Amino acid sequence: MAVSLETEDGAAVPREPAGKNDLEKLEVELLLEGIFRHYGFDFRAYAYSSLRRRLWKRIDAEGLGSVSALQNAVLHDPPVMERLLRDLSVNVTAMFRDPTFYVAFRNQVIPLLRTYPFIRIWHAGCSTGEEVFSMAILLTEEGLYDRCRIYATDINDIVLRQAKQRIFPLERMQEYTDNYIKAGGKRSFSEYYTAMYEGALFSPALLKNVVFSQHNLVTDGSFAEFNVVLCRNVLIYFDKSLQGKVHKLFYDSLSNFGLLCLGSKESLKFTRFEHCYEDISLREKIYRKVL
Amino acid sequence: MFFDLIVVGVSWGGLDALTTMVRGLPPGFDVPVVIVQHRGPDAESILSELLQHWTERKIGEPEDKEPIRTGHIYIAPANYHLLIEEGHFSLSTEAPVRYSRPSIDVMFGSACYAYGERLIGVVLTGANEDGSRGLQCVHEYGGYCVVQDPATAEIATMPAAALRRVPTAAMIPLAGIANHIVDVAKNGPPEKSMRAMA
Repeated sequence: MAVSLETEDGAAVPREPAGKNDLEKLEVELLLEGIFRHYGFDFRAYAYSSLRRRLWKRIDAEGLGSVSALQNAVLHDPPVMERLLRDLSVNVTAMFRDPTFYVAFRNQVIPLLRTYPFIRIWHAGCSTGEEVFSMAILLTEEGLYDRCRIYATDINDIVLRQAKQRIFPLERMQEYTDNYIKAGGKRSFSEYYTAMYEGALFSPALLKNVVFSQHNLVTDGSFAEFNVVLCRNVLIYFDKSLQGKVHKLFYDSLSNFGLLCLGSKESLKFTRFEHCYEDISLREKIYRKVL
Repeated sequence: MFFDLIVVGVSWGGLDALTTMVRGLPPGFDVPVVIVQHRGPDAESILSELLQHWTERKIGEPEDKEPIRTGHIYIAPANYHLLIEEGHFSLSTEAPVRYSRPSIDVMFGSACYAYGERLIGVVLTGANEDGSRGLQCVHEYGGYCVVQDPATAEIATMPAAALRRVPTAAMIPLAGIANHIVDVAKNGPPEKSMRAMA
């Protein structure tokens, strides 16, 4: 019988008796195959360590005892699939996460974008939208927003609906304000939102050039040509083969001299696209397509 | 070598404790070491530089899917969970666990799954209880557990919590931890090497 050291605050430290790893791997493979064939979501090439944690969190939350029991629940009870999809796709981000990235974007990318009459940006894996709003604010302050269209996509329709509501927890505004200042913000951060009850309602002007749309990086193809592709801390959930596939998708979706922005601990190193880009900021993982 | 990987969790008081430990690892001992030190979300990677001063081994923060190499010391980057798979790292921005990202429990939990009994887990000084569940996991997967003697810890809370969960862990004063790890990695856990002698 599998046991899991789940704590009240979600510190899932799943464990199986030693020697059971292979059996659990088989169960996970069957579950992912079932989800793919029944629902079309393909998690089969996700990085195992994080996938496993999330599966066990859901197993515990549903009061189940094994991966196979979760498989049974997911296939027969669509609401369980919906909850699992949320567990597997939601990542916890912040407005102006990694402020130094936004400083580099302001200083090194904005001057390049100024030369374009119209700028198409793809924000892939935007989750609940914190970083989309951050970019909209930055572009507004640089006087470029009216020339931009941001296509913000995620595999999960629920988080997109949440992003469109423009409401974020009031309790995080202090942190976001600090990030905004460190990111080189030019105004007072509170100009962008109105406090109401527990929430901060952000200005509708920030979304006027944003199009939210469901898109699955694993199974869907390219849908336009972009000047900028932002995909920060999303590919970390994929294994190396899938990362390679998605890098091909990004490469195909970028115009010549288009910019690719990854998370600060992600890299094009060891991918076959490494030589197709030049570094704009090595530290902040901003690359420009040159081949 | 009896072990393929050493994982270390530390919080308050970490700089001094890690300095002592890293200085004590002799040249030529090249089992990779992975450290989670609690720190703020945008802490610069200065910790690596400070520790690098004391060792010839290469110290750095791993990038996603970076291979785990012998002779290296790795430090979990700020604001990510560091996960260990067989032979390489993965990063994650899942929610903080008990206010921590990186979380020691999360890193240890992934490491024991990937390395089983080829893993040494070490819990050092700290003012919270992160690491105790992770160390229990290391123990249950057959790995070897070391806890800093709380009497030698700047803050005893974390090692004391780890000892409560894993009472059989080797309790070692800070100054002796590096030697103990090297000895165990080379000669096997004390009970096993005694059995071999008999």
